[in-house]
Amino acid sequence: MALLDIRNLDLRIARGSELLPVVQGVSFAVEENETLGIVGESGCGKSLTALAIMGLLEGSAVRIAGGSVHFQGRDLLTLSPEERRRVMGDQMAMIFQEPMTSLNPVYRVGDQIREAILQHRSMSRRQAHDRALDLLELVRIPDPVRRIDSFPHQMSGGQRQRVMIAMALACDPKLLIADEPTTALDVTVQKEVLELMRGLQTRTGMSIVLISHDLGVISETCDKVAVMYRGRIVEQASTSTLFSNMSHPYTLGLLGSIPATDHDVEWLDAIPGRVPTLDEAVPGCAFHPRCFAAKGSCRTVDPGAAAVSPAHFVRCHFPQGSSS
Amino acid sequence: MLNYALNRVLTLVPTLLAASFLVFMFIHLIPGDPASILLGDTATPEEVAELSRELGLDEPLWTQYVLWLGNVLQGDLGTSVFFREPVLSVIAGGAETSILLATMTMFWIVVFGVPIGIISATRHGSWVDQATSGGAMLFASVPTFWLGLYLILIFSVGLGWFPSSGFPSLADEGGVSNLRYLVLPSLTLAAPNAALIIRLIRASMLDVSREDHVRTARAKGLHPVRVAIKHVFRNALIAVSAAFGFTFAALVSEAVVTETVFSLPGIGRLVVQSILRRDYPVIQGVILIIVVFYMAINLLVDLAYASLDPRVSLK
Repeated sequence: MALLDIRNLDLRIARGSELLPVVQGVSFAVEENETLGIVGESGCGKSLTALAIMGLLEGSAVRIAGGSVHFQGRDLLTLSPEERRRVMGDQMAMIFQEPMTSLNPVYRVGDQIREAILQHRSMSRRQAHDRALDLLELVRIPDPVRRIDSFPHQMSGGQRQRVMIAMALACDPKLLIADEPTTALDVTVQKEVLELMRGLQTRTGMSIVLISHDLGVISETCDKVAVMYRGRIVEQASTSTLFSNMSHPYTLGLLGSIPATDHDVEWLDAIPGRVPTLDEAVPGCAFHPRCFAAKGSCRTVDPGAAAVSPAHFVRCHFPQGSSS
Repeated sequence: MLNYALNRVLTLVPTLLAASFLVFMFIHLIPGDPASILLGDTATPEEVAELSRELGLDEPLWTQYVLWLGNVLQGDLGTSVFFREPVLSVIAGGAETSILLATMTMFWIVVFGVPIGIISATRHGSWVDQATSGGAMLFASVPTFWLGLYLILIFSVGLGWFPSSGFPSLADEGGVSNLRYLVLPSLTLAAPNAALIIRLIRASMLDVSREDHVRTARAKGLHPVRVAIKHVFRNALIAVSAAFGFTFAALVSEAVVTETVFSLPGIGRLVVQSILRRDYPVIQGVILIIVVFYMAINLLVDLAYASLDPRVSLK
């Protein structure tokens, strides 16, 4: 049984009196100690999917309209808010894109980590303090004894993201959801944070859902990849399969958008056009207006998900690299 | 911190000088002079001139100002033209009422404003929020003299729960129970201010609740009430603390109307009556004290800022 098993997740956003679909029929599974990458442009629904898994959509304009989120065998969507909170921050934890603003500016980082521990574990403040010190050491914050009393504004972005990771690991979660954890950091720090996460995964055996718009980051860290476009998974496979046999034109477009570092290029092969807005109806395949391979049926018929090989699914009438 | 406070106190000096000069000059722009008002319509010009000389009002304005300033620097605010008493003791007579009234008003503002503000922010969009926001809007718009008269009508005349006017000192017979004289005036004064605080708390809590760190707090699995108080309200308090300070300072001037409606022997009423009597020394003294009070509140607000927000450092 997979640790996390999502089936047909549908999310809708309230716009006036309408409910517009933002995530449709998303399904994937994450095994123990596995890392799944979700990649796509801004607004493709990857962050909303993460927030839905974590249970943080409450109070936003986005509703869960259908599907199931099984975690350790239980459907999280059927739990009461209180039962849900018992999972949040304990067996499942999340880190966010903006380390600069994700910590509360008025409390010391030690207090914020301790709060995460004491919410789910009964121990004395002294023990929680020691545990917070251990966690800071684990995420390789230099001089944790001094840093535990720092305020967030006294730390760099990379250090704050390490604090966020320490906080997320406070109760040894089985699943860590990382929403663009390195996007706001500069490149060298990015690499350190990703390495840190990988190291911690080896050590604790946790699973990770890593959300990114950067195929490079995904290829280095993930076992499996799901590519999302406009609220749907358009291609899903193991990382090695996907990178050796990219089938969806959108995935190829994402790869083409990465600047090459070994030679100078005048122009990046960016994907032409833009993502249609939510209220624009696109008949047929949602990607066809921007697709280099679009033909007649793409404009009228929505391609379902089909397997190009076992465990490699593509949502395309004319997958690249295979027959055509 | 101590250095900062000392610095701030030193910068008060030029501000005070400027304020006192303006006040002094403006008061003398009001037509009519104290001598003729004191002596009444029947006084002869000779009598008026005599009294003016006695009071030192025949000197040129700038000489009067320098004399007055010199005395103030020695702690002497002068003598009231009307009461023939030192200004300080005249003001002290109204201070008890005013301080108690302001304190009681702040008490209501905190007791009603803070919880209602928090509730309407955490339940925003619900009927509770709409009712409190509507109520707050109403109380912020109602004039104090109107509200005061209605409270008197209902709670003094109708129900007979509270006295409608006056305030015997706490030292007089009745002791602490004399505070009941201040219940209606303080409620009158608190209503529009509590309404503002409610709206401010609601708005700043809604702002803070959209911040990323609140999502982090929720992701820890904290109870929504804990998130609202410990994370959202604590951050919203930074903006609200300034409003508390200025509200408290503004009570002094707002009290003028309320003290008149309830015939309270406070400083607000003293100022109005002194202006009517052209009692220059008292007006100057009171306004000087109010200016100092405003500045002190400003300083306290800054210190509160620094203690509430670790990102602010006082230098």
